Amino acid sequence: MELIQKLKHQAYLIRRSVIEMLAEAGSGHLGGSLGLADIFTVLYFNEMRHNSKSPEWIERDRLILSIGHVAPVLYATLAYAGYFEKEELLTLRKLGSRLQGHPGKDKGLPGIEISSGSLGQGLSIAAGLALGLKLDKINARVFCICGDGELQEGSVWEAAMSGAHYKLDNLICIVDRNKVQIDGKTSDVMEIEPLALKWASFGWQVFHTDGNNISELLKTFKEVNSVLSKPKVVIANTAMGKGVKSIENDYKWHGKAPDKEQAEKFLKELENEYSII
Amino acid sequence: MSTVSYRNLIPTRQGFHNGIKIIAGKNRNIVGIGSDITVSVGMDGIANDFPQRFFSLGIAEQNAVTFAAGLALTGKIPFVASYATFIVMRALDQIRVSVCYNNLPVKIGGAHAGISVGPDGATHQALEDISALRALPNMVILSPADASQTEKAVIAAVEQYNGPVYIRYGREAMPDFTDIQEPFIIGKSQVLREGKDCVIYATGHLVWEALMAYDILKQQNIICTVVNIYSIKPIDVETIIETAKVCKCAVTAEEHQIIGGLGSAVTEVLSTNFPVPVEMVGINNCFGESGKPLELMHKYKIDRYAIVESVKKSLKRKI
Repeated sequence: MELIQKLKHQAYLIRRSVIEMLAEAGSGHLGGSLGLADIFTVLYFNEMRHNSKSPEWIERDRLILSIGHVAPVLYATLAYAGYFEKEELLTLRKLGSRLQGHPGKDKGLPGIEISSGSLGQGLSIAAGLALGLKLDKINARVFCICGDGELQEGSVWEAAMSGAHYKLDNLICIVDRNKVQIDGKTSDVMEIEPLALKWASFGWQVFHTDGNNISELLKTFKEVNSVLSKPKVVIANTAMGKGVKSIENDYKWHGKAPDKEQAEKFLKELENEYSII
Repeated sequence: MSTVSYRNLIPTRQGFHNGIKIIAGKNRNIVGIGSDITVSVGMDGIANDFPQRFFSLGIAEQNAVTFAAGLALTGKIPFVASYATFIVMRALDQIRVSVCYNNLPVKIGGAHAGISVGPDGATHQALEDISALRALPNMVILSPADASQTEKAVIAAVEQYNGPVYIRYGREAMPDFTDIQEPFIIGKSQVLREGKDCVIYATGHLVWEALMAYDILKQQNIICTVVNIYSIKPIDVETIIETAKVCKCAVTAEEHQIIGGLGSAVTEVLSTNFPVPVEMVGINNCFGESGKPLELMHKYKIDRYAIVESVKKSLKRKI
């Protein structure tokens, strides 16, 4: 119980930072970043083996962010996990910053495994990385965060095929199933259902979870770890904009940043939301 | 009277096969990625001898390139090869973002380059690969002249540069003639003939044709310099300028579109350093077709006769 409260509070802090960063930057993707805060919290503050003081530690679990546009939630999480000072978060998207609009590994921000931003590539990288770790007999896992709209990219399914072919049980794909993308509802833009059947038929073990529920997430990852000899996918239902009631599930906030005034309002909404909890 | 001889006729893909076999034997971090056409592109050089380091990924070039980038994150040096047109054009965004932006040592083999692929026709004749890749930061582009040099290019790709490399090679058996002793250095070139009338910068299969053109022109008392530009990026700026200063007119020759290829690369150097008239031998903004390799090279004006003609044109414009 104490753990859950601690993680909830952490997710709250990450959400605060995301709103503040985007308001300061004046652009960026708010909705998806807020929706993923709980998943990132559970991964970095409970599930993953990593060491912020030694970001290149060879046995660390890796996180490949395939949807580079939600970089703010990754940056905020890394800062709270101790990879760099939180003050740096406010340099997001500014000239000379290590916090690029989409992650740029060449900028040298600790904790960034890969540059990403062009959709449909992360799962292939994660699969290659997972195989490389197995070849080296390194007992580390690779978590890959994909968007649900991203699954419309054909190359994702090439990667899915290869993950199952090489029985990469150290590969865990987390699908951010918020059901919206820039043009609107995913089911209107291009239907991806039946999603679980798709993954299962590609040879993956499928898990469903509430991606905005900390205790559900903890339970799900426990189950994930018990499955051997095949890659795993967690279809995590999330709400875009989670934590800020007035924008929850509103696709218009997919690729938008709040202005200073909106940010104040959103931060208040967020406080209210968490005081209820 | 020919001034040049060759050892035998071998396709450059055989050189790729030999090179990867040698380097995989020397370096345990080398891994191979298969794209179904393993033997055809020479990847059997690793698949046969080091099967535990060879991974088939099927007909899926986008995944093959990006999967290779993932393997590179664990310190592996992956080779991924397919027909040049598919591995480069299908997976271009993957090469740009996952390989080049991350500056990972993924070594890409582009087989069946050029129109000399022959009867398979336009879809399989890579004529735009250099142009597409040349603009990508961190990318090194090697275009060796024969099988022996392709073998060296593969080894150099690993030993001389810890980043993305593209190696372009062909299908048809061609003369194997380059000096076995001469080192292959990324960023350098080879001056194969020295003359004062006109300089011919050639790459890939067209290097041999340039030497044949040299012989024809010599009969007519036109003595050319012939430079083998086997490293297209980085390019040997120094040698290009030096030879242009001596000859004061030039011809470029490649089995590739003129737009964006060797012709563009050489003129970028010359126009900003020592402008001289340049005539360009290459594919002139069109697709290829089925036919025998030599027939096609003749029809599309990328053989020795086309080079001879271009040298004469260039000489008329000489400064």
